[in-house]
Amino acid sequence: MIVDINGVPTDVTPRPGQCLRTLLREHDHFEVKKGCDAGDCGACSVLVDGEPVHSCIFPAFRAADRSVTTVAGLGTPDDLHPMQSRFVEAAGFQCGFCTAGMVVTASTLTEEDLDELPERLKGNLCRCTGYRAVSDAVCGVVNTEKSVDGPACGRSLAAPASTRIVTGTEPYTLDHTPAGLLHASVLGSPHAHARIVSVDTTAAEQVPGVHLILTAKDSPATAFSTARHDRRVDDPDDTHVLDTVVRFIGQRVAIVVAESVAAAEEGCRALVVEYDVLPAVFDPESSLAPDAPKIHGDKDATARIADPSRNLVAELHGSTGDVDAAVRDAAAVVTGRWTTQRIQHVHLETHGTIGWLDETGKLNLRTSTQVPFLVRDEICEIFGLARDRVRVFTARVGGGFGGKQELLTEDVVALAVLRTGRPVQFEFTRTDEFTVAPCRHPFRVDVTAAASADGTLTALAIDVLTDAGAYGNHSAGVMFHGCGESVAIYRCANKRVDAKTVYTNNIPSGAFRGYGLGQVMFAIESAMDDLAREIDVDPFEFRRRNVIVPGDDIVAAHHEEDDLQFGSYGLDQCIDLAEAALRRGNGEHAPAGWKVGEGMAVAMIATIPPRGHRAETSVALLPEGRYEIRVGTAEFGNGTTTVHTQIAASELGTSVDRIGVDQSDTDSVTYDTGAFGSAGTVVAGKALYAAVRAMSARILDLAATATGHRNSDCTLGPEGVRCGDRFVTLDDILAMAGGTLVTAGNSGGLPRSLAFNVHAFRVAVHEDTGTVKILQSVQSADAGTVMNPQQCRGQVEGGVAQAIGSALYEEIRTDGAGLVTTDSIRSYHVPQFADIPRTEVLFADTYDRLGPFGAKSMSESPYNPVAPALANAIRDAVGARLYDLPMSSDRVWRAVSGRRTSAE
Amino acid sequence: MDLGTVDDILLPGSRADLPPGRADTAVLAGGTWLFSEKQDHLATLVDVTALGWEPLTVTETGLEIAATCTIETLARYTSPWPATALFPRCAAALLASFKIWKTATVGGNIALALPAGAMISLTAALDGVGQVWSGDGPDHDYRIAIADLVTGPHANALRPGDVLRSIDIPLHALQSRTAMRKLALSPLGRSAAVVIGRVDDGGEFVLTVSASTVRPFVLRFTGLPTAAELDDALAATIGPQHWYDDPHGAPDWRRHISCTAAQQIREELS
Repeated sequence: MIVDINGVPTDVTPRPGQCLRTLLREHDHFEVKKGCDAGDCGACSVLVDGEPVHSCIFPAFRAADRSVTTVAGLGTPDDLHPMQSRFVEAAGFQCGFCTAGMVVTASTLTEEDLDELPERLKGNLCRCTGYRAVSDAVCGVVNTEKSVDGPACGRSLAAPASTRIVTGTEPYTLDHTPAGLLHASVLGSPHAHARIVSVDTTAAEQVPGVHLILTAKDSPATAFSTARHDRRVDDPDDTHVLDTVVRFIGQRVAIVVAESVAAAEEGCRALVVEYDVLPAVFDPESSLAPDAPKIHGDKDATARIADPSRNLVAELHGSTGDVDAAVRDAAAVVTGRWTTQRIQHVHLETHGTIGWLDETGKLNLRTSTQVPFLVRDEICEIFGLARDRVRVFTARVGGGFGGKQELLTEDVVALAVLRTGRPVQFEFTRTDEFTVAPCRHPFRVDVTAAASADGTLTALAIDVLTDAGAYGNHSAGVMFHGCGESVAIYRCANKRVDAKTVYTNNIPSGAFRGYGLGQVMFAIESAMDDLAREIDVDPFEFRRRNVIVPGDDIVAAHHEEDDLQFGSYGLDQCIDLAEAALRRGNGEHAPAGWKVGEGMAVAMIATIPPRGHRAETSVALLPEGRYEIRVGTAEFGNGTTTVHTQIAASELGTSVDRIGVDQSDTDSVTYDTGAFGSAGTVVAGKALYAAVRAMSARILDLAATATGHRNSDCTLGPEGVRCGDRFVTLDDILAMAGGTLVTAGNSGGLPRSLAFNVHAFRVAVHEDTGTVKILQSVQSADAGTVMNPQQCRGQVEGGVAQAIGSALYEEIRTDGAGLVTTDSIRSYHVPQFADIPRTEVLFADTYDRLGPFGAKSMSESPYNPVAPALANAIRDAVGARLYDLPMSSDRVWRAVSGRRTSAE
Repeated sequence: MDLGTVDDILLPGSRADLPPGRADTAVLAGGTWLFSEKQDHLATLVDVTALGWEPLTVTETGLEIAATCTIETLARYTSPWPATALFPRCAAALLASFKIWKTATVGGNIALALPAGAMISLTAALDGVGQVWSGDGPDHDYRIAIADLVTGPHANALRPGDVLRSIDIPLHALQSRTAMRKLALSPLGRSAAVVIGRVDDGGEFVLTVSASTVRPFVLRFTGLPTAAELDDALAATIGPQHWYDDPHGAPDWRRHISCTAAQQIREELS
């Protein structure tokens, strides 16, 4: 049949059950993205005969003799469609994975539709921006500045990839199809805990197109963790590529590699597996009981599990002062138990990897990861390969939020490529993300907090239990980090921290934006609100009196090491800014009859993760005054690439459009721990700053030597060096250097500084339905020097939006026996345009002595204070405390009804 | 998503071309749900949109909505009948975006039988009656009220091979005054409750509770009930087991908001 695709009549032969999305991608229209593959997210939107449709649920055969327009058909980077221009000028995206569908949909809107954007865009989900930037784009608001010569830092320049993203021409992980590509599919366990007795592959081998079937007997013997850190020993070695025991529903039992996804799936269905079902445990409290099944009872000390005989992954105990005595003597004491739920990251690009052997036999993995170097190192570890035999790289990554600090698809592809010698792709479905990929750790946090009559915090104790799920990936780190800055932000003479993270037969929990802090802060900041209320002190004032200030010790379970310092301090400003904004108001009124309340919470985060975060970078001078920077960290919407070009351009006295970037490729750069812990600006950026400073110094040296001037008389500009009355072009410099001029810089990630965020809400609550309406949302942030105000604002707004989702809507549910029942976006409410209010973002005026150009991190932290601030506002409005997330309308209604009942 | 097990699409030219009902064969209308989930049990799709049914037909007895009428076509339908004001409101109650309305069909939404299927709420509230082509042949065709066609979450009264041909909305319902409430856990999220009230020319009050319940419940009163009568009827008709429990709202809350909405509708129509 013939389909007119972007004006080109194309002869296509769809399979009977094929959807239009994959048909288009099979014809190299990679601009059509897969977000959910179920019609919920809109990333795949295209026009059919001018009408927008979700191509993932549009039967391909129905496109016969019709015209299909993708985002690439609307305009090109050199000739943008007006709506594409608007998305560039507004900075209306971050990772950009939703943008193709967003632009296509927005291109069909009329002026009248602008009044109904929540309705018109409800079928387009953006996980990064929080929709303010999308709204600005659709309405034609310009937020970015044009690139010109002069210092680039501190300016709202557009992301370098902007015009490619809005035209769908920026390649993401799977936007590439090597010749002869095979596809892998995984058979998941139907049991939460079972021993695999046998796998009969006879029938599966007969399925046409099946090339390879892999079971536990094909698995490398090396145990590893899917979690990736600079030090691999930070996570327990409790995982195998394919194990003989399965510990959660959905865990890999076998891998089938075939000519097509359909054939691989059919191969999986043809496998006959015999299981010996084992007892399972799903509740972390029960898991600690002596009679609980031992989930990793077969492991010894080499696995680095705290105590396999108790299902204990890790624990933490520490105290300062005497909490019990302080509680006895206090004027007011608050105790409570708070819980947080499982959450999915819902990065719109699912996990996926394509692997192949290049002409030298080197294993290449093009993968959706935040940590290409750590993946490279662990693939070498698992498969016993030398580091120069493996290359791992990313294209642009479609969102991560911590979910891609895991090795989830790369090992499957590596094994399949090594066995078949053929290129192999393995792509997670959206359902895989919900049912197999690690989720945010559920926490149970007990808090005891006490204060004296004058409003001084005298005791703070927490007892934490987290559900690691079936594997220990990130569980120790999340537990330790969660109990860190959340406690340390308070100056308090008596503190106690007890925490455990335990195995269950639930899906594994992993890294998620905030890395444990958000869960514990939900509890502590709620308790502080109650405590301030008890002693009748305003919550802002209570924080002013009790948060740490420079000079105070940084104390959580223990005194923090000296590597954590006050490189700058803006928490005081953040508290003032948020309070002033709330007092100012924003003119939004509550509907008649709704109760109104205000709430706030504070948050602190170390700007760099502990236990090692390193970056090595380089910069090369190219002909015609161009430079190429090489940076190892990955771009997944965090905007580090923009900041890196700004850092380079500022130091080199040039414009960002003369800076090329080669990034996140283990063959281009020597090392970078990766894009997590908000390290893209403060570690990789600092390393790059060192590299470009070395470059500018080298250039000035060469110019000074050539002209006989002193270095101090020489000025580097975009075209060359002005030395008194002489001018040396950059091409001359390059020639003087022998045709090659490269400088390097690195950063060891130490010492680390502290960043702060304060969130405040004014809400209206409808008591009879439990509906919460956010009237005003304010976040103040201490990011040090704000390198790119528009982009940093976007990070804050995106964090707030994701946190509102966590606070009010999102929850991965299970049946209580390990089966995830919310396995699609339709059953798991990701915030839509309508759900997210505009947040006033206010920056503290600080300069960090440790960060590059005075900057601090601002990626995870905006998420952390949101849920407790909202809980405190609801408490203020209706007098009921919500202890469990999400604070959905049904729970709010129940809490209000309970309060009424108890009052009666 | 791709349905890898499907190896045949039938495009019937007439009813005679419809295949017999089989477990591996499904009716394809808009396809917006069928292509949204794995359907590994299916090998054949029968595209009933190929039959070319007129989407909307005004008859002597009311309005005939073809099962293949798209939600967009229904939502844009204008008429002097007051009750058709519900059409766009029920379309908007769907989680599905306006883009999906372009291909999703009224019949598909009904046959899918999900509690949040707003086309079920709409047609049940307006005494809609399904005309069903029986898989056993034209002699066995039957009519069934939409409120009876949907029997539970993802369950309907159709037998394999049966095809929902159309939904008839009777004149008395089209001429009625209506009121509607849609509630959800988020402003435009999947419906937790859709409650529709109707007062006919003869004063009959009909209240339909859906989305919050496992299937639609239609309560009929000869005149406007008192608040107490309405509460009693709701409690008597909809048992504790009928309030739906899924991620879109807890049953106790759904019961509460549905009953509150019912009272608001009663007042609005009084």
